[in-house]
Amino acid sequence: MILHPAALALLTTALLVSGLGAYSCFHGMRILGKWDLSSGSELQLELERRTYLISTVMSYILAFQLMLLFLYIYTADSLHPLFTGAMCAAGSLNANSFGYPVLILKIVNFLLSGVWLIVNHTDNKAYDYPLIRVKYELLNLLIPLLVLESILMFAYFAGIKPDIITSCCGSLFSYESGGFSGEIASLPHIPMKIAFYVSMSLTLASGLFFYLKGRSGGLFSISATVAFLVAAASLVSFICLYFYELPTHHCPFCLLQKEYGHVGYLLYATLLGGGVAGLGVGVLMPFKKLGSMARIIPPVQRRLALAAMICYLLFVLISSWKMLFSALRMG
Amino acid sequence: MKTTLERHLNILDFTLASLLRRKGKNLSLLTIYLLVIFMLASLVFFVTALKREAAIILEDAPDMVVQRLVAGRQDLVPTKYAEAIASIRGVSKVRPRLWGYYYDGLNGANYTIVADDDSVTEPESAMIGSAIARSRKVTVGDLLPLISYEKVPLMLQISSILPAGSDLMAADLIVISSEDFQTLFNFPAGQATDLAVTVRNPKELTTIASKIAQLFPDSRPILKSEILRTYQAVFDWRGGMTVILLSSALISFIIFAWDKATGLSAEERKEIGILKSIGWSTPDVLLLKFWEGVVISLTAFLLGVVLAYGHVFFLSAPLFAQALKGWSVIYPSFRLSPVVDGYQLAVLFFLTVVPYTTATIIPCWRAATADPDTAMRS
Repeated sequence: MILHPAALALLTTALLVSGLGAYSCFHGMRILGKWDLSSGSELQLELERRTYLISTVMSYILAFQLMLLFLYIYTADSLHPLFTGAMCAAGSLNANSFGYPVLILKIVNFLLSGVWLIVNHTDNKAYDYPLIRVKYELLNLLIPLLVLESILMFAYFAGIKPDIITSCCGSLFSYESGGFSGEIASLPHIPMKIAFYVSMSLTLASGLFFYLKGRSGGLFSISATVAFLVAAASLVSFICLYFYELPTHHCPFCLLQKEYGHVGYLLYATLLGGGVAGLGVGVLMPFKKLGSMARIIPPVQRRLALAAMICYLLFVLISSWKMLFSALRMG
Repeated sequence: MKTTLERHLNILDFTLASLLRRKGKNLSLLTIYLLVIFMLASLVFFVTALKREAAIILEDAPDMVVQRLVAGRQDLVPTKYAEAIASIRGVSKVRPRLWGYYYDGLNGANYTIVADDDSVTEPESAMIGSAIARSRKVTVGDLLPLISYEKVPLMLQISSILPAGSDLMAADLIVISSEDFQTLFNFPAGQATDLAVTVRNPKELTTIASKIAQLFPDSRPILKSEILRTYQAVFDWRGGMTVILLSSALISFIIFAWDKATGLSAEERKEIGILKSIGWSTPDVLLLKFWEGVVISLTAFLLGVVLAYGHVFFLSAPLFAQALKGWSVIYPSFRLSPVVDGYQLAVLFFLTVVPYTTATIIPCWRAATADPDTAMRS
């Protein structure tokens, strides 16, 4: 099944991203090992130049990752007629055991690349590279995950056999199915709604406080991360029901389809954007007092907090609007 | 915010001016880039349009077709099977179908002959596809002689010619009455080519199919979804194969782009050297190179896609048609209905722009980090 044009596009890009990643990782390790800012040697000069290359490569990787995430889901969705029982991406991804791990890795990698770029952006603002070690250690964690993702994606497309009987999203994301997805779907609505709104209001309140006063950034970051997870679970548990206007349909992928005005793209983009920005604030916290960072980090953090709040607010507004005006009423 | 935007606009402005200064080099790159995108875009558009065409045609196909197998080969189905299948709960209609192929020695073409008593009520009359009418130079009211299996001519009066709009389906079609069908092929009575089964609730299709297979172990039920899936897989596979064939072109293009980006001319080197010595930083030069890539990629991408659109939907893809459509003596001439969506464009983008960008990152960085004095001196 590798010979599908979209699968070829995905695999080519994954290969390129892994190649670029491996190249950056190699030079990242050299930087970690040989970095000495006080030296004026040719090597140090070359390493300093390399940092430009690695940040450029990483920004491209992040941009590609975001597009790949949606292309992957869309491709899985367009493959569904090939599987008996599949009606959208949920079924295609279930066609072998690699589909969902790739999706989860893609999301994790997106978040990590986002955080890396935030750290990099902050580091570049200072003249003395104070975060260089953190940056390249994070890179060494991220790149193997990117390579793993590409290998698993290759395994997924290579392992797709069109005659497989898979499950429709209706049975995969339903109360009856065991498994993790079924458990998320069967989370009770009322407590989930409470958890969703409480975590979101906590994030927005602490974000506003942090934005204005510049204090308790850690609390904001933690609540933003928790809100990210709760919102993702809420999306499967109850938010999507209002879009489908069907109390039993918990699929997170059908939202991306034309029938629902592609609203899923907006929801996921705001959620992922908010998640990255929220995480970024927390990651920068420990370095707030570090030399030249003391003047650089606070404005960056405030801007990140603002971005996270705007993203989350959009997410809450879109989902609440649908919950209020949907034809579905839940007791 | 405003200053950031202004910085980008100014650099973009400079990029455009510097690209125009080196027209020859950039035009050759653009032309090759455009050709690669044009080829791939034509292919992707063509395959998607064919897939959609197949899906539209199959929309009216019966939910399930039941064939009978004898020694693993398809054989005629006794019509009494139809009655038994109709009594299965959930089946709303079973229609025995009579159809086959007729080889016409005059022009070496194969016709599809279908018996339909609802559309052809009179004996010895026929509705024919427009391609047959063209090929045999006949029109409404003329006689179309076919030779039966008993070597007796069967004179069919043409009652109507099927509209050209249905060419993809009906170019080689002859619709006659079932009585004529039996005469033409010496077809045994009480038998049908296959059975078309309609089911009230599509969710019950698989259950009903398994019931039929249980009731008649020699039968083979084929679901519409299975046919659709086969078409999808075949077209995707053909498309993918062609992408693989074109990948050599793609790789040569990438090497070309890499080479162009690495082999900076002395003039370009000097330009970067001057820029850096008057105060441009490495990120500024990288941004300049980024915008250069965006301008070239976007121009090539948009032009390539527009040209491919014309090639596929106005000219019916003369470059790929032979490889992807298949061939036959009587081939329907059809114009594909245009379908272009974001998904196809995204696939194209990943197959062309992403490899190009990746190939140019490192050369661009090398150019941007060069020392001003060495750059100017070279």
